[in-house]
Amino acid sequence: MISDGLEDEEKWLAAGVAGLQQNSFYMHRALDSNNLKDALKYSAQMLSELRTSRLSPQKYYELYMRAFDELRKLEMFFREENRRGCSVVELYELVQHAGNILPRSYLLCTVGSVYIKSKEAPAKDILKDLVEMCRGIQHPLRGLFLRSYLSQVSRDKLPDIGSEYEGDENTVMDAIEFVLQNFTEMNKLWVRMQHQGPTREKEKREKERSELRDLVGKNLHVLSQIEGVDLDIYRETVLPRVLEQVVNCKDELAQCYLMDCIIQVFPDEYHLQTLETLLGACPQLQGTVDIKTVLAGLMERLSNYAASSAEVLPQFFQVEAFAKLNNAIDKVIEAQDEMPVDAVVTLYSSLLKFTIHVHSDRLDYVDRILGACVKKLSGKGKLSDSKATKQIVALLSAPLEKYKDIDTVLKLSNYPHVMEYLDDVTNKEMANVIVQSIIKNKSCISTADKVESLFGLIKGLINNLDSKLLEELDEEDFQEEQNYVARLIQMLHNDNPEEMFKMICTIKNHILTGGTKRLPFTVPPLIFNSLQLVRQLQSQDENATEDEAPVTPKKIFQMLNQTIEALISVPVPELALWLYLQCAEAANDCDLEPVAYEFFTQAYILYEEEVTDSKAQVTAIHLIIGTLQRMHVFGIENRDTLTHKATGYSAKLLKKPDQCRAVYACSHLFWVDDHDIKDGERVMLCLKRALRIANAAQQMANAARGSSGSVILFIEILNKYLYFYEKGLSQITLASVQSLIELITNEMQNENSASDPAAEAFFASTLRYIQFQKNKGGAVGEKYEPIKV
Amino acid sequence: MHFQNTWLPEPFSRETETLTKALQKSFEIQYLDNINFSSDEFISPWYFQVNAFKPACHVAVTFSDGKTRKQIHLKKEKGQTVMVPLFQSQENISGQISIEPISGKKLEHNGIKVELLGQIEMYFDRGNFYDFTSLVRELDVPGELYERKTYPFEFSTVEMPYETYNGVNVRLRYVLKVTITRGYAGSVVEYQDFVVRNYSPLPSINNSIKMEVGIEDCLHIEFEYNKSKYHLKDVIIGKIYFLLVRIKIKNMDLEIRRRESTGSGPNTHVETETLAKFELMDGAPVRGESIPLRLFLSPYELTPTYHNINNKFSVKYYLNLVLVDEEDRRYFKQQEITMLRLADAS
Repeated sequence: MISDGLEDEEKWLAAGVAGLQQNSFYMHRALDSNNLKDALKYSAQMLSELRTSRLSPQKYYELYMRAFDELRKLEMFFREENRRGCSVVELYELVQHAGNILPRSYLLCTVGSVYIKSKEAPAKDILKDLVEMCRGIQHPLRGLFLRSYLSQVSRDKLPDIGSEYEGDENTVMDAIEFVLQNFTEMNKLWVRMQHQGPTREKEKREKERSELRDLVGKNLHVLSQIEGVDLDIYRETVLPRVLEQVVNCKDELAQCYLMDCIIQVFPDEYHLQTLETLLGACPQLQGTVDIKTVLAGLMERLSNYAASSAEVLPQFFQVEAFAKLNNAIDKVIEAQDEMPVDAVVTLYSSLLKFTIHVHSDRLDYVDRILGACVKKLSGKGKLSDSKATKQIVALLSAPLEKYKDIDTVLKLSNYPHVMEYLDDVTNKEMANVIVQSIIKNKSCISTADKVESLFGLIKGLINNLDSKLLEELDEEDFQEEQNYVARLIQMLHNDNPEEMFKMICTIKNHILTGGTKRLPFTVPPLIFNSLQLVRQLQSQDENATEDEAPVTPKKIFQMLNQTIEALISVPVPELALWLYLQCAEAANDCDLEPVAYEFFTQAYILYEEEVTDSKAQVTAIHLIIGTLQRMHVFGIENRDTLTHKATGYSAKLLKKPDQCRAVYACSHLFWVDDHDIKDGERVMLCLKRALRIANAAQQMANAARGSSGSVILFIEILNKYLYFYEKGLSQITLASVQSLIELITNEMQNENSASDPAAEAFFASTLRYIQFQKNKGGAVGEKYEPIKV
Repeated sequence: MHFQNTWLPEPFSRETETLTKALQKSFEIQYLDNINFSSDEFISPWYFQVNAFKPACHVAVTFSDGKTRKQIHLKKEKGQTVMVPLFQSQENISGQISIEPISGKKLEHNGIKVELLGQIEMYFDRGNFYDFTSLVRELDVPGELYERKTYPFEFSTVEMPYETYNGVNVRLRYVLKVTITRGYAGSVVEYQDFVVRNYSPLPSINNSIKMEVGIEDCLHIEFEYNKSKYHLKDVIIGKIYFLLVRIKIKNMDLEIRRRESTGSGPNTHVETETLAKFELMDGAPVRGESIPLRLFLSPYELTPTYHNINNKFSVKYYLNLVLVDEEDRRYFKQQEITMLRLADAS
């Protein structure tokens, strides 16, 4: 059926075009032979094709455009006729003899155009007559096109200021009156289309109508182009008349389109000065009109206008633009009871954007808008409407974008309340936006209160809002988002230790609620923030009386202890262990032995109880050894305990090579130049033990695989020997070094041993080192000299 | 407010349909009819129509101011038109009549006269002329004519109260009838047509026509024509206001109708012609719309209104406002207007 309809339409169009072309052919022949009467006859017949009711607007437009082209030629002919002395007045009468109204009207407009140009009668009279005579076409589609033609041919002939048709009795008011009248009539026809035909074709009609809307809107464009429409005329005549028509037509489509048209075609300055009138019309529009788009459009234009130049801003203040807009929006929302939430939010969002552009210093306005929004949203619970949610995000993002400073946003008391209406996912997204904005703008947040509010805002990222949600989350996204939070935490800083400490406590309180998945991300930055503070305190108050100060490293360490504890339950023991060691080292720097000891104890407990994976154990033990080696705060007893434990742990590692490496690493615990720890016996114990283990490892390899294992462990031990030899450890004799070298050489020549290029290279470079030291001469050279390579 | 409920939907009769269709057709070539006034039609000189076989002589009538007097078209039988001089009542009608026997033959006669006749011919009684005016001038006593002879004649201040009219059922004409009476071969009779038109002054009272009509709860309109008396080259200006529209109107036309009634009493015969059909509106208006009307009368062949011409016939004019709905039902209201001929409008 539908395709048939389309086909039929094509046929009708083709028939119309054919008829039009045929008659235009005869018309041209008549024009060429200057036969006015025939020309009129055939042009009328040609135009009769436009009387069809069978075409859709689109097809009708095609036909119309063809007729339009022909009419241009006819108009030229009329003009020439006129120049040749044919009275245009007579022509004007002659065309009115046509029996059918549509061709008659087109011809009348065409001659009318020539008539105005001839200036034989005042332009205003002719225009008035034309616009009046077009009333005969009450068929919406045909009427719209006819009037559109009238508008087209008269455009350059309006008695505008500066136009040749202006003067004497022809004033710009006549031009305006003409356009307004044509506009009004066209709009009426356009609106009427909606009410004709069966109800079931409503949608089709609406589509057709929107195809035609620009014909109507064109009039407003023409109005805006009239030079003579100054602010006063616009305010007194144009706008009220246009609005009257818009309001009275009571048609949703028309109101929506025309309001937008008004906003788009007239200058911003005019809008600003007539804001009250324009806004006053809004509550009078139909309830179904998408007023939010209209107002949003207006506010956007005004915002851009305000942004265009600082010079225009006083105008905004002068007309109290904000108050008026705010008022209007309140009224609209009040008037349209069933306005969906998203529309409400959109309105507020636009107003907010407007406000921050125009009144960037008036935070109270912004807050007021947010407050109004909250009021409107209250009692509705979290929003599930995606459009509304989007709009709230836009509403909340606007101040961030504008001020680029979270400080300002935090001052908006209603900001968090608005956020509360977002669903969890969006809330988190919004929090993300805030965090990223802070990071991007490097905003400084430097008081505990602000931190408190900020974390209140971004609690979607910090707290477990909904564990289900968390599970569904993509792992990568989660990591990324938490990494942002981590970065944010590191950005929180105040030079004042006291305030900084408060901030840290605040952060701590928040992040500890974050649940096991978040803690591994959020705790480390917090720890390092704290340690930084510790170091700062240490460097500042070398001689301050510690106990009286509000913040002391002790207090911080106490707090840290608790914080790290939280990680254990996660469980991420490796991370916790590492953090304990970091803290211990910091405590070491502060000369707080008990604290450092406590941290170490914690680390050891973790090692013993939680770190079960052998690989993790290896990593952990090396961390422990490394850290312990740097500790200087411990007394002999404490140190002994700790080193003893560490060596013990080393020897109990699962794999022999790991054991070996950990054990020889332990040797450094007994020989620290800086701290004057030089316990040669214990170093040797470690090294010998390492050798034993290496030996055992090789034998195990032999037994298990039939080939001796790598000699690399021996080479590593040789390096340790050389290190301590160089340090002057008396227990390491030349012979022991020499025998170790021989052992390695033998092993490497052993046919059983698999060749290991890495080991060979390592050994070769070790030997090179020995040679190098020999060549150095001096004390070192002497020491090395006896070693035979 | 009182509605005249005379406005009745007219049933769609077959007759009307034919009439409408015929009119529509005629409409499409209206320009041809109205503007290009049949210029290519054959115009026959009057003397070709004289006694077709073997005329004994040539008779020619010339008017004394024939060169300057206005000539107008006159429709004759068989669609032919001729150019004839135009007179009005009370004018002197004078000229010459020249008679020329054919190639030297002698023409005997029993007297020559010229008559000025005003005649009404009813078509149901075709060929039977009723003379309402008859004036005679004797031109010559019985005798013989050997060569061309010219006779002057004059009818002074002739009363010609009625206008020349060619209607559907009736014709009113003025002729000069030259009769050469002969005993044997039959008399030679020659006719010369002329046209009479009489002019009226502008009427001192000329009210507009204003009327509110309708069908209850269906259609109420108010229309206004600026005058009730129009001259032939006048323009009808008016407005049609739609006060209530509950029917789907397709278009609205204004027709000019001529009502010619002939005969009298029970034998009265009325013939109505639609001379103009002028589309005023295309599409369906809504309440509150007002549609302008401007109709130039000059393209149409109208005559003044004639009241009871010599008790034989009357011609009246009506404006008929017709609304057609989507189902082609016609709603109409007819209003009589008086047509008159102004002196300066020829």
